[in-house]
Amino acid sequence: MTNETDLPRWEVFTQIKPGANYMHAGTIHASDKKMALQNARDTYTRRGEGTSIWVVPSDAIVASNPDDKEMFFDPSNDKIYRLPTFYVMPEGAKAI
Amino acid sequence: MEQRDDALVQSTMQSAFDRKMEQDMPIEPKDEMPEGYRKHLIRQMSQHAHSEVIGMQPEGNWITRAPSLRARQILLAKIQDECGHGLYLYSAAETLGISRAEMTEQLHTGKAKYSNIFNYPALNWADVGAIGWLVDGAAIVNQVSLQRTSYGPYSRAMVRICKEESFHQRQGYEIMSKMMCGTVAQREMAQDAMNRWWWPSLMMFGPHDSESPHTGDAFRWKIKRQSNDELRAKFIDKTVQQADVIGLTVPDKDLRWNEARGHYDHGPINWQEFYKVIGGYGPCNVQRIAHHKKVHSDGAWVRAAAEAYMTKQKLIA
Repeated sequence: MTNETDLPRWEVFTQIKPGANYMHAGTIHASDKKMALQNARDTYTRRGEGTSIWVVPSDAIVASNPDDKEMFFDPSNDKIYRLPTFYVMPEGAKAI
Repeated sequence: MEQRDDALVQSTMQSAFDRKMEQDMPIEPKDEMPEGYRKHLIRQMSQHAHSEVIGMQPEGNWITRAPSLRARQILLAKIQDECGHGLYLYSAAETLGISRAEMTEQLHTGKAKYSNIFNYPALNWADVGAIGWLVDGAAIVNQVSLQRTSYGPYSRAMVRICKEESFHQRQGYEIMSKMMCGTVAQREMAQDAMNRWWWPSLMMFGPHDSESPHTGDAFRWKIKRQSNDELRAKFIDKTVQQADVIGLTVPDKDLRWNEARGHYDHGPINWQEFYKVIGGYGPCNVQRIAHHKKVHSDGAWVRAAAEAYMTKQKLIA
C-alpha cells in the first residue's frame, strides 16, 4: 500500500538544568538538523524539562554489545586502587 | 553439521535470555531474544502506540467546542501529550526492527489494532470528562504496571508516560466534579456519560484471565506483570470511591464490597459487545481509520518536501 520510507532517526539528549549532564531522552524522526531540534523540543520537553537539547543521527552512535560486558568492563574490577576507599588514612586526619 | 551449529546457537541464545528473565534483568534492543518475544512486543507496543494516536480523535472533536478558554488550553495540551506518547511508543517499537511506515500500514489494513475504547464517540462535554477520568484512569492502572515490563525501551517509555498522564485523569475528574456541582441538567449529563463509559472502561483491561489467549507467554516473558482481572479490580476499587465523593452512581447494581477478597465484586461484563466492537462493528471503527488514512495522505506532501530538502542538503554538502 505505501512505499514510504521513514525519515532518519535521531537520538535526543536533554540537559535538565544548566551545568548538568546531558541525558538520553528518546528518539525522533527528522529530515535535517533544524527539524530534528524542533521535533525533539516538541516531543521531549513539553513541561520545561530542559535548558538545552542535543540531537545526534542514530547511525552516528557506536554502541558496545551488552553480551561483551565482561570482556569490555572487567579490567576495571581488578584495579580497585582507583577507588578512594582503597586507601588507609591515618586516624584523626580530617577533610580528606 | 550446519544444522547442529544452528541448534547450538539457538540454545545458547535462549539460555542467555532465560538467565536474564530469571534475574529480572531488562532486555535491551541488542540482546538476543526469542522470535516469539519480539513478535509479542511488536504487537503489543504498536497497538499501544496506535491507541495513543487514535485516542486523539474523540477528544479532538471538542477542542473548538470547549466551554472556556481554560478548558480549551487544557484539552489541547492533553491531546498533544497523547500524540507525544504515541511517538515514544513508536520509537521504542522501532528498536525491535519494525519501521514506523510498516506500523502505520498495519494500522490501516487492520492487521494492528488499537484500544477498543476509541471506537466509542464523545457525544458531549461530559464525555470529555469521563474519558479523562475513566479511560485515562484505566490506562494509567495498566501503564503503572507496565513500568516494570521486561523490555527496556518499553519500560522507559512507560515511566515517562506515567509521569505525564496523571494530569489527564485529574482534568477529567475535575470536569465531572464541576458538572456535579451544576444544574440538574448538568448532573444528568455527567451521570449519562458515566453510564456510557463505565463498562467500556472495564473492558479496556481485556478478557477475564480464564479467557485471555496471550497471557501465558506475556507472563513467562515478564512483559505483563499483573493479570487483566487484577488490574481491573485495582481500577474499580479506586474509582468507586471517587464516584461517591462527587455523587455519581456506578451503573452496576451488582457492585458490592467483598470483605473476604478485599475488592469490589462487579456484575457481568457484556463480552458480546466487546467482541462485536473489536470485530469492527463499534459505533466509530470505520470513521477512526478513515480519518487517520485521510490525515496521513493529506500530509504526504509535507513528508515528500522534507525528503526533497534532505536530498538537496546532501547534494550541497
